[in-house]
Amino acid sequence: MLLSVKDINVYYGAIHAVKGVSLDVEQGEIVTLIGANGAGKSTVLNTISGLLHAKAGSIEFMGESIGAMAPNKIVQRGLVQCPEGRRIFQHMTVEENLEMGAYTRPLKDTPDHLERVFAQFPRLKERRKQIGGTLSGGEQQMLAMGRAMMCDPKLLMLDEPSMGLAPILVEQIFEIIQSLHQAGTTILLVEQNAQMALQVADRAYVLESGRIAVSGTGKDLIESDSIRKAYLGG
Amino acid sequence: MSLFFSQLFNGLQTGSVYALVALGYSMVYGIILLLNFAHGDIIMVGAYTAFYAMTAFHLHPIFSVLLAIVASTVLGVLIEKVAYTPLRQAPRLSLLITAIGISFLLENGAQLLFGADTKSMDPMISGSITFAGGINISYAALMTIVVSIVVMLLLTILVQKTKLGKAMRAVSEDMGAAQLMGISLNKTISFTFAVGSALAGIGSILYLCAYPQASPTMGSMLGLKAFVAAVLGGIGSIPGAMIGGFAIGLLEALVSAVGLSVWKDGAVFAILILVLLVRPTGILGRKTMEKV
Repeated sequence: MLLSVKDINVYYGAIHAVKGVSLDVEQGEIVTLIGANGAGKSTVLNTISGLLHAKAGSIEFMGESIGAMAPNKIVQRGLVQCPEGRRIFQHMTVEENLEMGAYTRPLKDTPDHLERVFAQFPRLKERRKQIGGTLSGGEQQMLAMGRAMMCDPKLLMLDEPSMGLAPILVEQIFEIIQSLHQAGTTILLVEQNAQMALQVADRAYVLESGRIAVSGTGKDLIESDSIRKAYLGG
Repeated sequence: MSLFFSQLFNGLQTGSVYALVALGYSMVYGIILLLNFAHGDIIMVGAYTAFYAMTAFHLHPIFSVLLAIVASTVLGVLIEKVAYTPLRQAPRLSLLITAIGISFLLENGAQLLFGADTKSMDPMISGSITFAGGINISYAALMTIVVSIVVMLLLTILVQKTKLGKAMRAVSEDMGAAQLMGISLNKTISFTFAVGSALAGIGSILYLCAYPQASPTMGSMLGLKAFVAAVLGGIGSIPGAMIGGFAIGLLEALVSAVGLSVWKDGAVFAILILVLLVRPTGILGRKTMEKV
């Protein structure tokens, strides 16, 4: 098991945001976590990344407990999050943004990582000297994903990569996700766009008000009546 | 004409010191949104260190200068670790009040240790050079201007080109996203304090070149003026702090040159009020967008 989250409970002050969530990701999978706005999806990812800490429960990555680790130690181990809303560094160039993605890796390897990411995202290579904030929304999403790929992650967590993008760009982003997966990256995908997410996912978890309501293979969930009614618009 | 040039160089000399100190204010504000009012007092500690190193221990001026810079750096990082790190999650006002408290602690601690009187020493650099046309410029002024320009160039390279410098910019732009890149907040913030305080240490030496004396409260007015310089340039902006520092220095020289030297301090603070009224983001400051 690459990532194993067991029964975590996360609070914001008195608010119990995540209630006993367990989920697993195996090497080589795309696993998706879907759910409505406010269900606690990002909270789960931020807890795995170490930005938040669970009051109870355990998180193991490659057999090592990471529940109490600082975010930078977790990235060092190859568990990286590409955050919701892209969060690229608006005033830094495309190349500098990417370099930050390789912060935990030795400086001398940066050119190799850059070449690898430029091969996956050719558009970023054309724009390498451009200031991040001047990119279009789709390009910013590619930059955010490329930046996360810079450390050659063992597990890439994507938080709502399709948010705020035009349908054609959403398709393009999902194609990139699949090609990253085919190239060997294990992915944990958080999405509100359940339709798209379930199509690419090996397995899926549905989060409702901080609890896992349903889980199963992507195919099973697409075919399930209750999921279709609740998340896929009939 | 020669008066104009000598005032110009006076302005650039004090402006260099303001710029170096303003950089520390601006960098720290840029990264943790704290107006570090203890920053000016670090200059005082640097000046006392150099003063005692030279007068009581008769160290070579070069060693004394290095010692003052090291003492300032260590003190700056120590203050950050002891006073500010525990307040990382606290409201910003608590941090600000703590900074003012640290400032009082340093000033009164210095008074207790060294006495309230002003300690004077021989000028570190004396003499002057006369250019064609009777323009007379002191070596101290020339050295101050050259040193500060070199230091600012090095700082620019550090911030623009090195891994740690880029990490500083990343943290100041988006702390959360920077953490998700694996950047260590503690390390980056401490490094920022170290660089800012080292600049204050260099500033304290350059200040001693202009006014060879140390007193417990010497850092407060200097610190406040550097703060005005940082606000004028756009707080959080590194080139802004440099421009603001030189602008404030030149303004003071100008006010003195027209015979209003008693109004010098007043003029500086009038600039602060003016900037806050007309352009609160300063010359190079970025518009901040409040998230709703």
